[in-house]
Amino acid sequence: MQFGIFTVGDVTADPTTGRTPSEHERIKATVAIAKKAEEVGLDVFATGEHHNPPFIASNPTATLAYIGAQTERIILSTATTLITTTDPVLIAEDYAKIQHLTDGRVDLMMGRGNTGPVYPWFGKDIRDGINLAVENYALLRRLWDEEVVTWEGKYRTPLQGYTSTPRPMDGVAPFVWHGSIRSPEIAEQAAYYGDGFFHNHIFWPAGHTKQMVDLYRRRFEHYGHGSADQAIVGLGGQFFMRKNSQDAINEFRPYFDNAPVYGHGPSLEDFTEATPLTVGSPQQILERTLGFRDYVGHYQRQLFLVDHAGLPLKTVLEQLDLLGELLPELRKGMAEGRPAHVPDAPTHASRVAAAGGAHDSTVHAVDDVTGTTDREEISA
Amino acid sequence: MTRLVVVSAGLSVPSSTRLLAERLAEATVEALEDVEVTHVELRDLAHQLTDQLLTGFPAPELAAAETAVREADGLIVVTPVFSASYSGLFKTFFDVLETGTLDGKPVLVAATAGTARHSLVLEHALRPLFAYLRAVVVPTGVFAATEDFAGTDLDARVVRAAGELALLIGKVSPVDGGGTRRRTVEDELAEPTPFDQLLRRASGR
Repeated sequence: MQFGIFTVGDVTADPTTGRTPSEHERIKATVAIAKKAEEVGLDVFATGEHHNPPFIASNPTATLAYIGAQTERIILSTATTLITTTDPVLIAEDYAKIQHLTDGRVDLMMGRGNTGPVYPWFGKDIRDGINLAVENYALLRRLWDEEVVTWEGKYRTPLQGYTSTPRPMDGVAPFVWHGSIRSPEIAEQAAYYGDGFFHNHIFWPAGHTKQMVDLYRRRFEHYGHGSADQAIVGLGGQFFMRKNSQDAINEFRPYFDNAPVYGHGPSLEDFTEATPLTVGSPQQILERTLGFRDYVGHYQRQLFLVDHAGLPLKTVLEQLDLLGELLPELRKGMAEGRPAHVPDAPTHASRVAAAGGAHDSTVHAVDDVTGTTDREEISA
Repeated sequence: MTRLVVVSAGLSVPSSTRLLAERLAEATVEALEDVEVTHVELRDLAHQLTDQLLTGFPAPELAAAETAVREADGLIVVTPVFSASYSGLFKTFFDVLETGTLDGKPVLVAATAGTARHSLVLEHALRPLFAYLRAVVVPTGVFAATEDFAGTDLDARVVRAAGELALLIGKVSPVDGGGTRRRTVEDELAEPTPFDQLLRRASGR
């Protein structure tokens, strides 16, 4: 079982002080948060992708590579990578490159993105969202799994004899999760490929999460990747914790009341009851989190949102310290009653082992007819 | 068993909108056999409707109302006239329904107002709204100004509209009505479109 954090990189005013951090501060804070996540023993750091204010989450690959260079162990991931508006040829290159740079410490999560104007900004149409996710990912899969790709589709220019470089490290592509809140087609897609399925979970009632995870598990088994309880499931989560639960509620309420997504709507009490948000003591966070299994079964990855709604960096780092202290109990709790046949989340090492060991998949442009490389021809 | 759902958006208690809704429901029940009637009073759901606009998901009582509408064989919808149109509360309920919820569903539209000068609101506001939502609106809409509650004409109109709705409900079940209904999220969750079909659809083949 992996535990980690995910961020959307929002630049939001702190409602208790009225102060808004600069983009520079927020970008640096994101790096500090990721490094802290590794320090307290978390397994995953994932960043979102946005191409509009008030977010600093554009160019996730630069962010992840930069963090990768300053960390040693933590898995770098996305939440989410926009498979609809990003050219799958670039995704194939970028994440294979990060894979090499970080020695395999990368996976990624595909998402469609729900900011309407981003689609036309990148020459796409939001009404094609599902179709774009389906076609673009099908191409991405081939670019990673096949050395030479000849392809023609609806949404990008055709490829003739194209080789994506660098080739995936050790001949094994990064593991892929597919994230969706309420599009059954995406759960179906994840199941078809035997990829992971991630439900954002936060901001939504448990019933939504359960329906989507149930569908994914059922179809994972249908497509022959294993039994339903062996499907690879990830969930989001959201908490604010203090040793004393009333302190947590008092401190978090102004952030909740003014938060970009759910602020000025339901009360903190109603929202914590209706969604996974938990505001309280470490024991309360522990019990609520362990309870997620009641409706999704034993799962593989739990990511928490800790750095939104204008919470200052200092507070976020304190939250991570508290999460780190809670980790041994979270791990112990999640291990209880977990059947042996339920797999862990795939890692680079486990995927290499499953592929029968590492092999160098570098493509040395050898001419099929003459047996010479480009370089030899030029020098000849 | 026929499931009839009556949505009314009156704000006062008691309200003439609710009164009209009840008369329409009674008349429809009389025209049909074995009917289960569910009343959805939007006033009671006003806070939850605003919350759903902000959070994207319904609280339990509102979720139950949305499910009732999705599973209904026919609808009666009644709004007071506010500023020359349906009320904002009434519109909000139909704004938050998931796409495809009303596809092919028989709907009787009705409205109340202080003056008969608003009577065309049924034709210029409600009928286009439900046409957009791909519902099948019965030919007779029922408009009641305050003065109509004292006359006898309103009853005749209520009976005519209810008869049309009953006829439509009896003829076509929205579930098998011609195969033109859009698939909702609930449909996909129950029976997903196989991935090879999604792949073919994506590439337009």
